[in-house]
Amino acid sequence: MVTAPVHNGSPDGSSAGTGVGSTATVPVPGSSTGLPVGSRPGVAAGRSDGRPDGRPRPVHSRDPQAHPVPTGREEEWRFTPLRRLRGLLAGPDAADAALEVTVQAPPPVTVEHVGIDDGRIGRVLTPADRVSAFAMTRTERAVVITVPAEAAPEEPVVVRLHGGGGVAYGHLVVEVGAFASATVVLDHTGQATFAGNVELSVGDSASLTLVSLQDWDAGAVHVAAHAATVGRDARFRSFTVTLGGDLVRLSPTVTYAGPGGDAELYGLFFTGAGQHQEHRLLVDHGPRSCRSRVAYKGALQGDGAHAVWIGDVVIGTDAVGTDTYELNRNLVLTDGARADSVPNLEISTGEVVGAGHASATGRFDDEALFYLMARGIPADEARRLVVRGFFAEIVDRIEIDSLRERITAAVEAELGGVV
Amino acid sequence: MSTLEIRNLHVSVETDSAEGREILRGVDLTIRRGETHAIMGPNGSGKSTLAYSIAGHPKYTITEGTVTLDGVDVLAMSVDERARAGVFLAMQYPVEVPGVSVSNFLRSSVTAVRGEAPKLRTWVKEVRDSMATLEMDPAFAERSVNEGFSGGEKKRHEILQMALLKPKIAILDETDSGLDVDALRIVSGGIESVRAAGQTGILLITHYTRILRYVKPEFVHVMAGGRIVDSGGPELAAVLEDAGYDRYVKVTEPAGTVA
Ligand SMILES: Nc1ncnc2c1ncn2[C@@H]1O[C@H](COP(=O)(O)OP(=O)(O)O)[C@@H](O)[C@H]1O
Ligand SMILES: [Mg+2]
Repeated sequence: MVTAPVHNGSPDGSSAGTGVGSTATVPVPGSSTGLPVGSRPGVAAGRSDGRPDGRPRPVHSRDPQAHPVPTGREEEWRFTPLRRLRGLLAGPDAADAALEVTVQAPPPVTVEHVGIDDGRIGRVLTPADRVSAFAMTRTERAVVITVPAEAAPEEPVVVRLHGGGGVAYGHLVVEVGAFASATVVLDHTGQATFAGNVELSVGDSASLTLVSLQDWDAGAVHVAAHAATVGRDARFRSFTVTLGGDLVRLSPTVTYAGPGGDAELYGLFFTGAGQHQEHRLLVDHGPRSCRSRVAYKGALQGDGAHAVWIGDVVIGTDAVGTDTYELNRNLVLTDGARADSVPNLEISTGEVVGAGHASATGRFDDEALFYLMARGIPADEARRLVVRGFFAEIVDRIEIDSLRERITAAVEAELGGVV
Repeated sequence: MSTLEIRNLHVSVETDSAEGREILRGVDLTIRRGETHAIMGPNGSGKSTLAYSIAGHPKYTITEGTVTLDGVDVLAMSVDERARAGVFLAMQYPVEVPGVSVSNFLRSSVTAVRGEAPKLRTWVKEVRDSMATLEMDPAFAERSVNEGFSGGEKKRHEILQMALLKPKIAILDETDSGLDVDALRIVSGGIESVRAAGQTGILLITHYTRILRYVKPEFVHVMAGGRIVDSGGPELAAVLEDAGYDRYVKVTEPAGTVA
C-alpha cells in the first residue's frame, strides 16, 4: 500500500499527487503564492482500515451515543469551531416549524414523507459522526424522492428548505432507477440550526445531478452528510455551492456499487468575514474502472473568514483502472482570511489509469487587476471580472440558467461588500 | 492635436530597501498624435519602466517630473482613468486572466473607454475585421484572456486591443520580441494600420531594429542608464544596427566600473 498524504504548507503552496504503478500518471500540480494555509503533519503509514492519512475510519452507527463527543482535537473535528455548532453535538430538541420543506417534482417523479424506520432509510448512509446520528434519530418525517427506472424528467426536482430559526433535523433520500436521468436541487435559505442527512442512490446506467445550494442568512448553522452510491456505468454529478451561514460543515461521500461509475463533484464557496465553511469529501473507489473528478473553488474575504476543504480519495485493492483527480483552489481576497486545504490520496492498487490532486491557495492577482484597469476597466468591475473568471469553470457547468445567474449575482453581492 | 509630454521624469522601483532604486533619471520626451517614435536601448536601460510609469503600474514610484496629456496631469489619474483618457500600453508580458473570455474582456474594455456599450451588430463586425487584419482565428475570442496563448498570439491580442480602443497615445513595449518573421509581419501590419489612420501617437519600444523595417518611425531615441542619451531620425536606427549600444552603455557607466 502507498499513501500520499499531502500538506498544503509546501513552499510554493502547491502539491501534486502521483499514481503508482506502470499505468499511473502524474497530473499537473497547482500553483500559488505562499499564504496562510493550513497544513497537516504528514502521517506516513496508511492502514487498510484507515483513511488516507492513516487515521482510523470513523465509527458508523445510527446511535448518537456510539459517537464520542468530540473534543476538537480529533482529525475530523480539529478545524471546526465546536462552540459555534449551537449544541448540535448534544442533539437538542427540534423547534416547531423550524424548517419549511417544499418539494416540487415533475412527473413521473414521486415524493413521499415517511418515518425514519422506513426501509429505504440508511441503505446508503450510516452516520459517521454524532451530528449525523442525531439527525437520523431525531428526524420525524423523512422525504423520499423516487425517479422511476428509465424516467428522464426534463425539469429538475427542487427541494426548498427554508429556515425560520431554531433547531431542525432532516433526512432526504433520492433514489434514481436504472437508466433514469434527473436533476435534484436542494435550496437552503433562511435562518436555522440544521443537521441533515442526504442519501442518494444512482441506479445502474442512471444519471443524477445534485445541486446543493447553501444560501442561508447570516448566522445559520448547517451540518450535513451527503452520501451517494453510484451504480454500474452510472453517472453522478454534484454542485455544492456554499454562500451563506455562520457555520456550514458538509461531508459529501461517494461510493461505487459497480464498475464503470463516474462521479464529478464540483464546489464553489464564498467565505465572508466571520464565516466558517467546511467541505469534507470522501470518494471511495471500491470496484474497478470507476472515475472521479473533484474540483472545488473558493473565495475568501474579510476578517475571520475560514474555509476548510478536505479531499480524501481512497483507491481499494480491487479498484484497478481507477481514474481520479481532485483539485481545490482558493482565492484569498483580503487579509485576515484563512483557507485550509488538505487533499489525501490512498492507493492500494498499482493498476490505475490516473490518480492525482492539486491544491493551491493564492492571493488576488494584482497583475491581472492592473491589466484590466490599463484597458480602462474600473477597479471594482475589474475585480468582479477576475473573481467571476475564477469561478467560471464551476459555474459554467451548471445547466440551470436561473441558478447560474443567482450564484453569480450572490458572488458579486459579496464582492460589493469590499470594493 | 493630442500631445503627451514627459518632463524630467525620475522613477524608482520598489525594492526591499526603504528608498527603492532609482531607474529613470530624468526622461524628457514629447509625442504628438500621428507621430511615431522609437525608443531603443539595451536590456535593463529602463524602457519598460518608462512604459509602466506612464500607464500607472503601482510598483513604480514617480519621484520627480511630470507627464501630461494635452496639458492634463496624467500622473494624478488612476490606471483606468489613464486608459480612458487615451493612453494605451501594449505590454511586454501580457497577463493571463483565467475564465474571462477575450470577447467579454474586449467588450468591457471598449465600453469603458468609449463611455458606452458598442452596438452589438457593428461591434461584432468591428472585432471580426480587426481580427482578420491580424490573421486571428475567430475562435480566439472564446478563449480566456492570454491563458495558454503563444508569444505571437499574446502580441496580436495586444495590437487587436489597440486597434479597437483607438488611443491617442500608444506605447508598445517590445511588441516585436519573441516573434518569428511571419508573426512580426502580421503584428507590424496591425500597427501600421493604426498608424495610417493618423489618430494615434505611437511610442515603439524595442531592443532590435528589425521591426523598424516594417514600422518606420520619424523619430528614434536611445535610452541607456535611465535617460534618453541620443535622439535623431530614422538614420539613427541604421547606425545602431551597425554599431550596437556599446558607445552609449560605456558613457553612462560610472568611471571605474568598466572592466
Ligand atoms: N520590480 C523591480 N525590482 C527591482 N528592479 C527592477 C524592477 N523592475 C525593473 N527593475 C530594474 O530596473 C532596470 C530597468 O528595467 P526595465 O525598465 O525593465 O528595462 P528594459 O525594459 O529597458 O529592459 C533593470 O536594471 C531592472 O533590473
Ligand atoms: Mg523591457
